[in-house]
Amino acid sequence: MEDKIEKHTIAVLVDNEPGVLARVIGLFSGRGYNIESLTVAEVNNADHLSRITLVTSGTRMVVEQIKAQLDRLVPVHKVHDLTDEGPSVERELALLKVAGTGEKRIEALRLADIFKAKVVDATLTSFVFELTGTTAEVDDFVGLMAQLGLVEASRTGVVAMSKGATGF
Amino acid sequence: MPEQTLTGAQIVIKSLKDQGVDIIFGYPGGAVLPIYDALFQQNDIKHILVRHEQAAVHAAEGYARSTGKVGCVLVTSGPGATNAVTGLLDALCDSIPLVCLSGQVPTHLIGNDAFQEADTTGITRPCTKHNYLVKDVNQLARTLHEAFYVARSGRPGPVLIDIPKDVQFADGTYVPPTEVKHKTYRPQVKPEIARVEEAIELIASAKRPVFYTGGGVVNAGPFAAKLLTQFVKLTGFPITSTLMGLGAFPASDAQWLGMLGMHGTYEANLAMYNCDVMINIGARFDDRVTGKLSEFAPGSKKIHVDIDPSSINKNVAVDIPIVGDAGAVLEDMMRLWKARQKRADQAALKDWWKQIEGWRARNCLNYNRTESVIKPQYALERLREALRGKEHYITTEVGQHQMWAAQFLPFDQPNRWMTSGGLGTMGYGLPAAIGAQLAHPDAIVVDVSGEASFLMNMQEIGTAVQYRAPVKIFILNNKYMGMVRQWQELLHGSRYSNSYSEALPDFVKLAEAWGCVGLRATTVAEVDEVIEKMLAVTDRPCIVDIAVDPKENCFPMIPGGKAHNEILFGPEDSPSNATPEDGMVLV
Repeated sequence: MEDKIEKHTIAVLVDNEPGVLARVIGLFSGRGYNIESLTVAEVNNADHLSRITLVTSGTRMVVEQIKAQLDRLVPVHKVHDLTDEGPSVERELALLKVAGTGEKRIEALRLADIFKAKVVDATLTSFVFELTGTTAEVDDFVGLMAQLGLVEASRTGVVAMSKGATGF
Repeated sequence: MPEQTLTGAQIVIKSLKDQGVDIIFGYPGGAVLPIYDALFQQNDIKHILVRHEQAAVHAAEGYARSTGKVGCVLVTSGPGATNAVTGLLDALCDSIPLVCLSGQVPTHLIGNDAFQEADTTGITRPCTKHNYLVKDVNQLARTLHEAFYVARSGRPGPVLIDIPKDVQFADGTYVPPTEVKHKTYRPQVKPEIARVEEAIELIASAKRPVFYTGGGVVNAGPFAAKLLTQFVKLTGFPITSTLMGLGAFPASDAQWLGMLGMHGTYEANLAMYNCDVMINIGARFDDRVTGKLSEFAPGSKKIHVDIDPSSINKNVAVDIPIVGDAGAVLEDMMRLWKARQKRADQAALKDWWKQIEGWRARNCLNYNRTESVIKPQYALERLREALRGKEHYITTEVGQHQMWAAQFLPFDQPNRWMTSGGLGTMGYGLPAAIGAQLAHPDAIVVDVSGEASFLMNMQEIGTAVQYRAPVKIFILNNKYMGMVRQWQELLHGSRYSNSYSEALPDFVKLAEAWGCVGLRATTVAEVDEVIEKMLAVTDRPCIVDIAVDPKENCFPMIPGGKAHNEILFGPEDSPSNATPEDGMVLV
């Protein structure tokens, strides 16, 4: 049971001060933990608080260590394991540049419609699509576009929130 | 209180005074000149000029460890700060509360590769508990007070504050410590009472219990050590401790089994291996203690008390984790134990002690007593006798002599033993001894040293002479980096690659060159005489060169990758099958 690798989404509320991201990232590299994705932005301007959402994987013991180590950092206010703490929603946003003409271009647009991706830039030979969805949905769409002239992909990584009325 | 306008440098000094700092260890340079100028114009804080910044940090560690207060360091930018890095990490590993102030190039030059510029907060981030770069003079006082709070609260550790030179010159507002409250940092001190209740039930049901305590008890203060002693006496259980925890429980007590771990006693390690209930208070299941993890105390239920939640379930999964200060937890444990009229299983305990006495009878610290050569253990036994009943503090360097000191010098009180445990920093002992001596001017302070470790920070003799710190440097000179040589003998076919101490100085002449007293013992008969002479020196440092058996190894020893019941007792145990292949890769 100890050795099973689990994937966890962890939300961390931190003081938005210089070096705070370096502390978090340094913790992961220094102790050999995995980061699958990490997003960060200020969420409370008045109190200078930023929210970091990170997706990591490890054995149960390692995941517990990661949370304890994060919580130990002085500028960290709260650490929540969204994977452990009940149902949550996870989303990421992707921008995909797809170039091509003819049938491929039409097919790309058709698939974008099915995935509810928005066209945010268009030329005669290219589109930039914006897609918001779960990581799996984005992966699927990227996989399809790869066959239709995908030039460039930019993804935000996961942001997540617990379901229900209770706040962080 | 009216707001006071001061320069940044004055704010630094005032903050330190308000934090109760009486001694600061440091070394000046361009980027801290304003602070040195402010230091010059006051008399409350004594500045100790070291000879190298690493030593400033170790001296502050010795001061902090021997007083329970926060140690304080002042260094300049660039090389000043980078030289301090080893000391900072040493303090982090051993949970020593320090505040280190470093100068920085002026804010407008940061990032320009200016002269003596270093990314000090970047470099020290993984070497400190927390660090700050203060760019606004009005944040300086607040940051300093926060730093002291962070350094001493929870699991203590070093905190660095990087202060650009222009901030030291700028005028700003001072705020006193009472007005500063940290936004987030509130370590849990009081334990969850339900967990303590569970622990009490488990302790009462134990048949083969053992207390395994660590530096956390020492850090929790003398009161915690007193509570530990009372609780251990109350239960009648055996107790062992890590290197860092020595002195929290009196070594002269019959329930004391000695240190555990790689060079711990047979009885301590076998008690750990065979116990059914382990009560870990303030220790962290370090690899030097656990040996082979899969065979660590295999049949035991484990209670782990630690103020740092990240120490729990890190290396070893435990049954009852308790987050809290060792003193607070022990207080609750005692109270509940008495209130519920708990009593240990006396019949089982009697059998357990009988078994332990059997292991103790093995007399694992015995060594080959001979008249022909000074055994290092003998020198320490004689030092022990000479120090008996005298107020004394011991520091060590790192290596064989350190382990022998832990085995042969008994500590009946906490805060008397200062050694580099986690990081294992050679060169720690002499500056730490200076720090301890300055905090306790009338006590005897001995740095138990090896000739190789001593050379690493021997420039600090100058500091000791300057401030008339009569530290005793007790060199067990075996002309080898002894622990390196021991591992080469056991694991690398006796190929002594670069572990011989070539071109050693004459330590007696070296002492004399500094105006100190130098003494030497080359025969067994001279040892007592030299120790007596050493203890008579009270106005200057004294270097003692004891020529010990160069071939002596430190036993007992659990080789890397072996379990607690696979102990080597001495040279008669064949080294060929001493260590499995997978153990060789371990350090």
